[in-house]
Parts: sequence; structure tokens; C-alpha cells
Amino acid sequence: MLSNIGIGLVVIVLILSFLIIYTACLDLKISNKFIKKSIYNLSLFQTTFTVLSFFTLIIGFINSDFSLINVYENSHTTKPLFYKIAGTWGNHEGSLLLWVNILVIFSFLFLVFSYTHGKKFRLYTLIFQNILILGFLFFLLLNSNPFNAIYPVPIEGLGLNPILQDPALAIHPPLLYVGFVGCSIYFSAAMASLIAGYRGILFAQSIKFWVKVSWCFQTLGIIVGSIWAYYELGWGGFWFWDPVENASLLPWFAITALMHSIIVLEKRKALYSWVIILCLLTFILSVTGTFLVRSGILNSVHTFASDPSRGIYILLFLSIMIFSSLTIFFIKHKKENFNFNLKSRETFILANNWFMAFFLVTVLIGMLYPIFLDVLTSVKISVGPPFFNIIIIPLIVPFLFLMAIGPKFSWIKSQNKFYYTILFFILGSIVINFSITYFFGKYSILSNLIFIAAVFLILHSFLDIKKFIDKKNKFVLPRIISHLGFGLLVFFIGINHQFSLEEDFNLKVGEIKKTKNYEVNFEDIKIKQSKNYKAVIGNFKITNLKNNLVQYLDPEIRIYSNPETLTYEAAIKTKITSDLYLTMSNVSRSDYYNIKFQNKPFMIWIWISALMIALGGFIQLTLKKNEN
Amino acid sequence: MKTNITKIIIFSFVIFSLFVFWQALRKNNNYDTKSLIGNRISNFQLIEIYNDDKYISEYDLKKNKFTLINFFASWCAPCRIEHKYLLKLSRESEKIKIIGINFKDKKTNAINFLEELSNPYNFVGKDSKGKISILFGIYGIPESILVDNNLTIIKKIVGPIDQIQYDEILKLIQ
Repeated sequence: MLSNIGIGLVVIVLILSFLIIYTACLDLKISNKFIKKSIYNLSLFQTTFTVLSFFTLIIGFINSDFSLINVYENSHTTKPLFYKIAGTWGNHEGSLLLWVNILVIFSFLFLVFSYTHGKKFRLYTLIFQNILILGFLFFLLLNSNPFNAIYPVPIEGLGLNPILQDPALAIHPPLLYVGFVGCSIYFSAAMASLIAGYRGILFAQSIKFWVKVSWCFQTLGIIVGSIWAYYELGWGGFWFWDPVENASLLPWFAITALMHSIIVLEKRKALYSWVIILCLLTFILSVTGTFLVRSGILNSVHTFASDPSRGIYILLFLSIMIFSSLTIFFIKHKKENFNFNLKSRETFILANNWFMAFFLVTVLIGMLYPIFLDVLTSVKISVGPPFFNIIIIPLIVPFLFLMAIGPKFSWIKSQNKFYYTILFFILGSIVINFSITYFFGKYSILSNLIFIAAVFLILHSFLDIKKFIDKKNKFVLPRIISHLGFGLLVFFIGINHQFSLEEDFNLKVGEIKKTKNYEVNFEDIKIKQSKNYKAVIGNFKITNLKNNLVQYLDPEIRIYSNPETLTYEAAIKTKITSDLYLTMSNVSRSDYYNIKFQNKPFMIWIWISALMIALGGFIQLTLKKNEN
Repeated sequence: MKTNITKIIIFSFVIFSLFVFWQALRKNNNYDTKSLIGNRISNFQLIEIYNDDKYISEYDLKKNKFTLINFFASWCAPCRIEHKYLLKLSRESEKIKIIGINFKDKKTNAINFLEELSNPYNFVGKDSKGKISILFGIYGIPESILVDNNLTIIKKIVGPIDQIQYDEILKLIQ
């Protein structure tokens, strides 16, 4: 029943897509300023039916309607309501429906809100967006239909992987999808702009808002994923340079570059081609990432049950997208001449773009090289953190400096003299850096440079905040918050990396281990029987030897039956200044337990500063509204 | 001229990357367990679905002349289709024993499934998390492995057993 309703709704959306393309093509021939009313209506219907189809699937999950294969494979009657709903997008088919939803909703919203812009440009955007919608709808119907029925109807579902049942992970995919799929609208707009000849400032204004929206959601989505990894995966890390994490970073670099260069296009009428390339690239990279993850070429915690036929479809779609966009770009592209003064803001934004492009290429190589090598030579390697750290970290130093100084320059040519401030702040950062080394311990030259650069940016941001309070120009606030967030992020990651304490030792119940600053007392062990697992819970008393502060940590070993699997649940105590992190695992054939004890300073501040970066973006979105 | 070279470079890079991706997709087929033919299955232990105390291991298989290991689940529609061939096989040939491995399934559902369609298996092992099946090189169900008394894999069937596969099995065990 639900299966028929769902498929029916999706087919209606498909037909509406064709109708929209058809009417839009007809309307292109009429030379007036207004888009036909019927196109608005069609687009509204399309949105309504897509959203309805998604709700149909959600209802299937809420009611545990196992007549849908998708519900049967990814849900269970005993799951809490929240995770039943989250299960809707926790699998390939359901998330593809969400993907189509976002494509359609963005298409409609763009149509409605771009009324000040050229008719031809808007119609072409709509046409390209609907071609994308059609592509994904066919994929959904032919290969990955979330409404496929199963008969006879099973009594119980297979359930959702316990590791995925986490609040952060329930909101992580929708955030990322809004971010990644949202890029589609300016992919379409860029194609439309090339064909309709709708260039320059107007084009920049038409997509600026959408770029910011998708940037905010992407940033937030990546942060939430990282928070989940820290609390749930239990290795005490938060970024692993895992191929799928990298796949999510690629569009983020492109979109961050785009967000900056679009301002240049708006204010200086320059970099049009570059903006177009970035618009196209962002969505192409999003789809490439999706392809690599969903086809099973990349393996990680994100792997969906992989299916080569799925891969071939996305690959085909990707090829069409890349070739058509490249061809249109090369045909319509006009050579641009621009002459930027070295001491101007646009030069610095261009510099930002070069850095972003460099980071993008580095991560791209790190991600693709193993795949290429495996295919061409059958040698299997994995590119891990050392590669990325060596290449990216040194570049962070100049990047931070430019990030601090760039916004100080005005457009076209700067007259301001602020070299004294810069010198003063550099000295200030050096002093702060060496006080850290003096009081807390030494680190490498590169780390020194990173700290100096990060503090330099932080100090500059504070100066900007002071100026903001004096002048009350609210439009600079989002930039200050995001840049300050980035400075703090690098600073706290640095501190965390340098001063983390990690101890690995074996203990028996009743034994005490003294480390540099802490005393770890393994007091007791308890066994708790839960519904589907037995938990061995250790009681640890941690005494800070410096201030005699006592804390209790209770890590668990969970033994699931059928078949026997062990999972280790870390105990984490979060405080403003540091996190205590403890995991225990049993050593076979002995009374000893292996204890991993970590003290990670300023962990919570890493999250706060990362969230500040996203917050800046969100504040800017609300400002835009007030302006209108 | 310069832009033409750029275009050529960009296009060739794109074509090359897409080609590699395509190859990478096909390469996934390397996991196709058909290449396992001729290999021997090594130590394993299967717990029976009806009774957790009963189990079999590779030593028990050595007693049989031929063993067909079939991976199935109550939720798998093609498994229902192939079921009649399994029943036929268990009735018609004395030389072959059939072992079922119940893949990622609920115990009650699996038992109901066998009651409904009747049980062709000499032994039904459980693999509710799908981990044992991985050891056998299974990547989807239904799948079946035919081994001889040496535990060497002599045939591997991906997907449901049909008349052609059935005849081939009969020929192999003659």
C-alpha cells in the first residue's frame, strides 16, 4: 500500500519535471520580462509531491511498515521513535529520496526568490536543475527505490547498526545533504549564466545567498560528524583523514573559495570565469564524493551496502555532468583581463583561493592516488595522516597570516597605514607563544610558527571586534566570528596536540598506577546485564596529583551475544580546560586489563571554535534577510 | 594555442579519471568468490539454529562425500525460489549433504521459513550478524558452495540455484 503511494508520488514528480522543462522551453521563446504563472505552479506542485513522498517514507519508518524492504532492512519495532525517523535517511535509498527533495526544494525557492533577475537566466537555471532532478529520479526509480515492496511481509525488521544510533549522527546526514545538494542550484545557475550570457555582478548577487546557505550547512555537517567520531568511535581522535572525510572536505574547499571570490565578482566585476569554475566544481566534487562512497570504491565507517550497478549509474551521470559543463564552459568562456593592485582586498581573496585550491588538490591526490594505484598496478596502499600533515600544516602558517591581514585592506587600492599594528601584533604573538613554551613545555619550530600565526589571527580578530563595537557595522561581524573561530580552532588543535597526555598500561582490580600528573586507581569491576548485551563496567578513581581533584570514570566493555562481539565504550569527562578519556580492554588469559588513559586539554574548545566558524555563516544569513 | 593545450590537458585528465573510476568499479568484482574454486575451506564452527549446544566444524564435513553449503535468509525472496531445488537435491541424491547457513536473520523467522517451505538441510547453522558468511567469501545471498570430502570448493553458485545449476551439481557429484 505505502509502496504504491510512494512510487506514485515519485512518478508524479518525474512527470512534473518533464512538464517544467517543456513549459520553460516554450516560455524562453516569449520575450517579456515575466515567467509564466504556470511554471510557478508546476514547481510548487513538484515540491509538494516530493515532500509528500518523503513523508510517506517517514510514515513507513514510524509505523514500522515492513512491507517496504527499506524499512525492513533498516528499522526495528523496538527502536525509539527518534531513531526510527533518523533511519529514513540512514540508508542509501532513503537518503537518495532526501537528496531529490533538496534538489526540488532548492529549485522552487530559487525560482521564487530570484524574481529581480533576468528571465532567460532563471528559466535556464530551472531547466538545468530539472535535468539534474530527472537524473536522480531515474536513478531512484530504476536502481535504488526506497519504496520497493517485499512479500510476504516480515514480522520484524533487521534494525539499525547500534553505532549509528546517536543524536549527532541522526542530524549529520541531513545537514551534509543540504550542504552538498544545495550546491546543485548554483551549478545550474552557472550553466544558465554561461548560456544566457547573464554575467558579472547580477549573477554574483543571484547565487550569493545560496552559496552561503550551502556553506553553512556543509560546515556544520562536517563538524557534527567529527564530534560523533570523537564520542562514539572511541579512539580519542576527531579527524582521521579517512577517505570519506576527505571526500566531504573537497567540496568544502571549493565552496569556501567560491564564497570569497564571489564577493570579488560582486564588488569588482572580476573573476567571473573563476567563480563559474568553482560553482561547477563544487557540485561535481559533491557528486564525485557520493559516487566514491556509495559505489564502495572507498571503504570506511560510511560504507553503505555497496552495489556496483549503483556505481555505474552515478559514474555515467557524473561523466555527462562533467563533459557538458566543460564543453559549455569552453564554448562560452570569454577571456578576462583584470589587474589587481597588490595592496588591495581582492588580491588577498585571490590568495585565499590559491590556498584553497592547493588544499583541494592535496586532499584530492591523497584520496585518488590509492584508487589509481590499485586499478593500474594492483598495489594496495593507504594514504594516511602523515601525508596530509606534512603538506598541509606548513601552509597553514602563511594562510593564517593572510587571513588576519586580508580584511584590513580595502577594495581596489589601500591607503591605510597599519604596518605598525601588524608588527606590534607579531611581536605580541611571539611573546604569547614563548610564554606558552616557557610555562608548559617546548615544541618544534613548525609548531612555534603555527602558534604565532594563530595567535596573530586571534589578536587581529579581537582588534576587529573592538572596531565593530565602536562603529556598529554589523556586516563585518560574521567574517570576524568565522575568522576568529578558525584562528582559535588551529590554536586549540595545536595545544591539544602538543599537550595531550596519553598513557597505555595494564592494571588489575585494586591496583594503582601513577602517571606524571595523575593517579589512576582501578577500584572495582561490576557486571551489568542489559537487554542484548552484558556490560563489564570498570570503576576508576582518577586523582589529579597537582590539585588533588578526584574524578570517577566508568568505561565499559560490552559483550554482545550471537555472535560474540566485544565493543569498548570510552568514559569521557569533559571539563572547560580538558577532557579525561579512558578506555579499558581485557587482556586474554589474565586478570589484567589494558587501560588507555588520555588527558586532552581544551577538547571542548575545539568544538566551540569550529562551531564559531559555522556560526559566522549563519549570522550572515540572517543579516541578508534584514537587508532586504 | 595555449588555451587549446589547457583544454586538451583538462579533458584528458577527466577522461583518464573517469576511466579509472570505471575500472575501479569493475575491480570490485575481484571479490567475486568464483575465484575461490579450488581453494579449501579452513577451520570454522557453526552453531545450530535450533539448539545452541549443537555445532559442527570442518571435521564433520570430511565425513560427507559432497557437501553443499547454502546461505539463505527468511527475508530473501530468491531463496524461496531456489528452495525447491534444494528439496529435490536432498531427496534425490544420497551422496550429498546440504548445510544451510542462516544469514543475518531472526531465529523465529528462520524457523518459520523452514516450517513453511519444509527443511532440506541436514544441518542449519546460524549467522545472525553475517560474520561467518564473510569467512566463506559470501557477499550476498542466496549463494551456495559445493565442497568435496577434502573441503576443496568445486563449485560456487552466486544467486539462486536454478534447473541448469541443479543439473550441473548432479553431474559434478556423479
